[in-house]
Amino acid sequence: MNASVISEVIAGVFILIGTLFILFSSFGIIRLPDVYTRSHAATKSTTLGVLCTLLGAFLYFWITDGYISIRLLLGIFFVFLTAPVAGHLICRAAYVTNVEIVRDTAKQRPKAEREH
Amino acid sequence: MAYQILLNIVIALIWAFLQNSYTGVDFLVGYVIGILILFVLRRFLKFDFYFRRVWAFIKLTLLFFKELIKANIDVIKIILSPKLNIKPGIVAVPTKLETDWELTLLAALVSLTPGTLSMDFSDDNKFIYIHAIHVPDKEEMIKQIQDTFERAILEVTK
Repeated sequence: MNASVISEVIAGVFILIGTLFILFSSFGIIRLPDVYTRSHAATKSTTLGVLCTLLGAFLYFWITDGYISIRLLLGIFFVFLTAPVAGHLICRAAYVTNVEIVRDTAKQRPKAEREH
Repeated sequence: MAYQILLNIVIALIWAFLQNSYTGVDFLVGYVIGILILFVLRRFLKFDFYFRRVWAFIKLTLLFFKELIKANIDVIKIILSPKLNIKPGIVAVPTKLETDWELTLLAALVSLTPGTLSMDFSDDNKFIYIHAIHVPDKEEMIKQIQDTFERAILEVTK
């Protein structure tokens, strides 16, 4: 077991886990009933999936070449920074424009404050 | 807070000058010594000793990663269950947070935790509206999660 084999195994495991998360989240986007529930799946699982794949690539280059890629870490950071905001904004835009919501949703309705 | 960090860096630089060797290791040793000095002098500083906040922030990060992994397992369980017996709902959660920065952090953390997605703030910033994917058995748990996150954020920004 030299270093390159170990690094390939670690990176492979991380990238597989990440792609599995992304696959399941795309199943969720197909299966779930309305915009809001779909954005749950899209926001959470793809974030963790992208995190795992980038982390796997980062570890691979670090162990084999001794090359610490700051860009990959920054990529992880930016995905973390922007994904929840995107989910929030899409949900809110859908709600303000009265996109249909699943029928048995228990609502404590946000006041339609900003409706023009 | 920022003032204390600046002070700490200046102490580390002075330490490097005193050693007359300028490597990263010397700077780090000086920084640790600066933390100790600030800890001793914490009564004379106007603010709290800043390293406690750093520690609280580290704890918040660890909590966040734990919740993120739990959230994903939750969502995957819901997606792969043969019958989608979910009851989505929109819940208004009262918050004690005030500044924009804290509220944004809370919304981002809520969006990445089990079964909740932040949707809107009320105008007076007293409520945050959260879309939950499965309400009936989670109402209490959501409240509990909100409490943990709010407390952690308040510990950081107190």
